[in-house]
Amino acid sequence: MLSLLAQATSTVTIPSPLYHLAIPEMAMLSMICIILLIDLFVSDRTRFITYLLTQATLVGLIIFTVMNMAGVEKVTTFNNSFVRDAMGDILKISIYFIGILIFVYSKDYLKARNLYKGEYFTLSLIGILGMMIMVSSYSFLSLYLGLEVLALSMYALVAFNRESAKCTEAAIKYFVLGAIASGMLLYGISMIFGVTGELEFNKVFTYVQASGGSLTLSFGLVFIVIGIGFKLGAVPFHMWVPDVYEGAPTSVTMYLGSIPKIAAFAMIMRILSDGMQPLFANWQELLIILAILSMAIGNIFAIAQTNLKRMLAYSTIAHVGFILVGILTAQPQGYSAAMFYTMVYAFTAVAAFGMILVLSRSGFEAENLEDFKGLNERNPWFAFIVLIIMFSLAGVPPTVGFFAKLLVLQAAVEFHFTWLAIVAVFFAIIGVFYYIRIVKLMYFDRVEDDKAAKIEVGGDTKLVISLNGLAILALGFYPFVIIELCRSAFKLT
Amino acid sequence: MDKNLIIQIIFYGFSTVLILSALKVITARNTVYSALFLVLAFFTCSAIWILLRAEFLAIALILVYVGAVMVLFLFVVMMLNINEQPLREGFIKYLPVGILVAVVVVAEMIIVITNGFGAITEAKASGLMVTSNTKALGSVLYTDYLYQFEIAAVILLLAIIAAIVLTLHHQTGTKHQDPGKQVQVKAKDRVRLVKMDTEKVE
Repeated sequence: MLSLLAQATSTVTIPSPLYHLAIPEMAMLSMICIILLIDLFVSDRTRFITYLLTQATLVGLIIFTVMNMAGVEKVTTFNNSFVRDAMGDILKISIYFIGILIFVYSKDYLKARNLYKGEYFTLSLIGILGMMIMVSSYSFLSLYLGLEVLALSMYALVAFNRESAKCTEAAIKYFVLGAIASGMLLYGISMIFGVTGELEFNKVFTYVQASGGSLTLSFGLVFIVIGIGFKLGAVPFHMWVPDVYEGAPTSVTMYLGSIPKIAAFAMIMRILSDGMQPLFANWQELLIILAILSMAIGNIFAIAQTNLKRMLAYSTIAHVGFILVGILTAQPQGYSAAMFYTMVYAFTAVAAFGMILVLSRSGFEAENLEDFKGLNERNPWFAFIVLIIMFSLAGVPPTVGFFAKLLVLQAAVEFHFTWLAIVAVFFAIIGVFYYIRIVKLMYFDRVEDDKAAKIEVGGDTKLVISLNGLAILALGFYPFVIIELCRSAFKLT
Repeated sequence: MDKNLIIQIIFYGFSTVLILSALKVITARNTVYSALFLVLAFFTCSAIWILLRAEFLAIALILVYVGAVMVLFLFVVMMLNINEQPLREGFIKYLPVGILVAVVVVAEMIIVITNGFGAITEAKASGLMVTSNTKALGSVLYTDYLYQFEIAAVILLLAIIAAIVLTLHHQTGTKHQDPGKQVQVKAKDRVRLVKMDTEKVE
């Protein structure tokens, strides 16, 4: 009788998931719903309430994550589909932090273009939630769902300005290519699932380690890498990047060009390192091709651009190539260098797009190279900030971009990819040309017409972008705290 | 009467209705009738699924296809006012291609059924039959896959927000009703009694 009872209860008891691990995700979702509801009762004049709540959410999440970060061990829950580890926490903090910067820079731009609506904030926050899900996913299923949450909110944001035909065109291109990418990724996942019978990364890892590679596994791996390439915008899957960057409202381009790269880095690490590390010889070759092509095409095509948003799009492609160089060493040192590079890139890119937003005003987009001509005469301080940003993107010391490139190259040389490091340096030198060209336009060219741009953004935006620029310089002198954080994420210290 | 015999009678009865209604879907002259016959086909199909103890699929078919998709189809068909004459033109012209496709489909089905279809015996599937499959699905959906299930809900919320943002137009200057004001209206707002001097008839 007792044993029967025990049997009956044992069939209904379910091990409760460790909900406390997912507090950031749950808090984010609750805040999204609250902001969505509160925004209904907010008029256009008091929309700052929505804005402040959005910022408060991100600040709260940063404080919570930082306070709970000490001594994090890798813990999985929700039936192995959710993981919390040091890498995830660090990446999430950088996503929240850059998210705050994005909203600060976007505010005045959106107001001037009649896009300052509550849904903009809700959709952006859902995108951040999608990235959080991706960063801490530990099974193919939750990773894919997080990716779709991010992608769907991005499609809607790119199309947010309905009156603009350019935005709609960009959104449709992005949607179609994004759907193809998801299809590729899912097809690869289905192959892996077919062979291993598992969706969780650690079980896939165990299976692959025990059985070694097989043709079907490699076949699935190729499709997964293609899917990742599409999402990252690596050559030859980069066609959507310039068009979408140019067509989207600049505030959305800023969002699209910065934090999703961090989430994509996490996606690569989870799939290729946590799941498929034993097959690294297979994916290494694929990533080498992607990396070289990205650095070559990105840097060479950027020279020909006259639109700054397009130029930065090709610059993103080149930077993605650099990130891939770090990852393809398949060693913890390379991973931590790539992680540092990704975070630095996102932090610098957000400032670069932020500068376009600061110099734009209602009815005028400062998105062409000519709009930067003679900026030094009009506004020496902002010219100096742009100078720092461009030097950091180019990798000129003493900015933090230099250390990012240095670490990746160091890891490449250390693990016998010296030839690849030389190729990377070669293309980076080509890349310096178009960054320095902007500096030349600002300092040595004169404005022809007298449309001498008055800067219309509020004091808070000016202050934050100045701090952002100075931080890029200051981190160049003292990058070691963040480098140590990235190394600790891979247990290197 | 033998239980198996009853099941067989029910099965053949439903199958006949299913095949006939499926035929009527493509032969009916009126598109609305076609759509309604498709509804009938879905209903009989779900009845056959229930016979196979796949009750979750049956319910999903009725809820999703009959309840949502077909209602949408009917709306579209009724609103578009399709002229059916051009649709029926060129029947002879497309007949060879149609026959080719049909032959390929039938051949594929024969190959699948003759090779290995019989190998799936009931013994292999019996593990699934211990409990009802709705319960089996539910027990993993809300436990093992709780996290994924919640994310799927987020995707639906996102889809709703995105669809509304991209399609809702707030047009100014249109005449529309405001139910709140309609309810709050008082008699004195509607009827205004004006005192006037009686006019004198000369």
